[in-house]
Amino acid sequence: MSTTSTTNLASGIAHGLERAPGHDPHLAHHFHSPEQQYRSAKLGMWVFLGTEILMFGGLFCAYAINRHNHPLVFSFAAQSYLNVGLGTLNTLLLITSSLTMAWGVRAAQLEQRRVLITCLILTLVGGAGFLVIKAIEYQAKWDEHVWIGQWNRYNNDYNDESPYKEAPPAQPPSPTAAVSAAPEAAPSSSDANKATDVSKVKPRYIGPTGLANAPGQPSAPPAAEAPPASGAEMDQQRAQRYRDLSAGDQWRVSTFFSCYFLMTGLHGLHVVVGIALISWVLLRSLRGDFSSRYFTPVDLVGLYWHLVDMIWIFLFPLFYLIR
Amino acid sequence: MSQAESQASAAAPAAEEDHGPHAVPRALVAVYVVLVVCTGLTVGVSRIDLGNFNIWVCLLIAVIKGSLVALYFMHLRWDSPFYGIVLISAFFFAALFIGLALLDSHSYQPIIKPTPMALPQAPPP
Repeated sequence: MSTTSTTNLASGIAHGLERAPGHDPHLAHHFHSPEQQYRSAKLGMWVFLGTEILMFGGLFCAYAINRHNHPLVFSFAAQSYLNVGLGTLNTLLLITSSLTMAWGVRAAQLEQRRVLITCLILTLVGGAGFLVIKAIEYQAKWDEHVWIGQWNRYNNDYNDESPYKEAPPAQPPSPTAAVSAAPEAAPSSSDANKATDVSKVKPRYIGPTGLANAPGQPSAPPAAEAPPASGAEMDQQRAQRYRDLSAGDQWRVSTFFSCYFLMTGLHGLHVVVGIALISWVLLRSLRGDFSSRYFTPVDLVGLYWHLVDMIWIFLFPLFYLIR
Repeated sequence: MSQAESQASAAAPAAEEDHGPHAVPRALVAVYVVLVVCTGLTVGVSRIDLGNFNIWVCLLIAVIKGSLVALYFMHLRWDSPFYGIVLISAFFFAALFIGLALLDSHSYQPIIKPTPMALPQAPPP
């Protein structure tokens, strides 16, 4: 026994750390066969994907409880702020990139190197397109002041001084602006525009203010705050729907955006990781590492990418298609 | 048995028994078409008012799409069932978690709603 191992070691050294002839170069010494090694790697990947599902499960749980308890908050915020067209486009992009990834795995198994490389590049393009569209959507949320925390106009901590600066201490909304912004119960858009002109210092327009005024006086209309980019009519509708919410629901609109950014953000992070992994597989396939005997990385990265796709398949209707 | 053989035997049943040698790409494209159609369907259904059923229809379509991805794109249909068991048990425990949490949420709903005292003080008019 010891002589054999010595011989193996000697031959290993003699071959410059290559394996003995006939030995699969990808087979690690603690596995019996490439088959067993492949199955172990795959099982490990599946267990990892299971933990990913459980991690997202916690976020889906938060989503479910919030939506269950405040259904009107979710329909108001989703219909007012999310872009169904872009969401659908993103779904199609991810599904398409999943198809090219699955095709790439097949090409790797069949040693069609050129097809594999093409498929991987297409998958990368799909993933990058997804991120670009997601960035456009996030930018729109930023412009509409519905980001997270103090950058969300529906949050109690909302502060719309330049968000890049340090947050100044919270101050009560300027009374003049509040008065000019709410001259009547149903202000017209011209009133709203006037209000925006008058108020150089924008009031913190919702949250505690809107709530506290709920019974007697009309609350400051959101239209007064809205950036000029979005249509005044849309803002009027939005403001009306917001005012129709109960006080408790008004208080919770920002929770929707917390859920939205947390879940799509974590998913987006997974897309970034997936793009990095696919790039790595692409480099290795350009180098010619894979064959019909060894394509484990392509297969496992493919599994990861499909899981990312699967999670988006659930996120898309749950956020964009709320009725 | 090499990896290629195992994969070949994994993909072969569909190829040999069902549709001939080019079955796998055809299956991939067919699944892709169904996924796209389902996406359109779920967007369309969301425009129709079905009351409380909207969310269930959405989820049903999402589950169908997810299953197709798992079965065909992730090869579960041809693979060892053990991987499928791992996936299904993960979904099972996630569903258990969400379901039990939802049961509980009924009982604390009135308490978590903000009371006037919990809210920040109103600014002076």
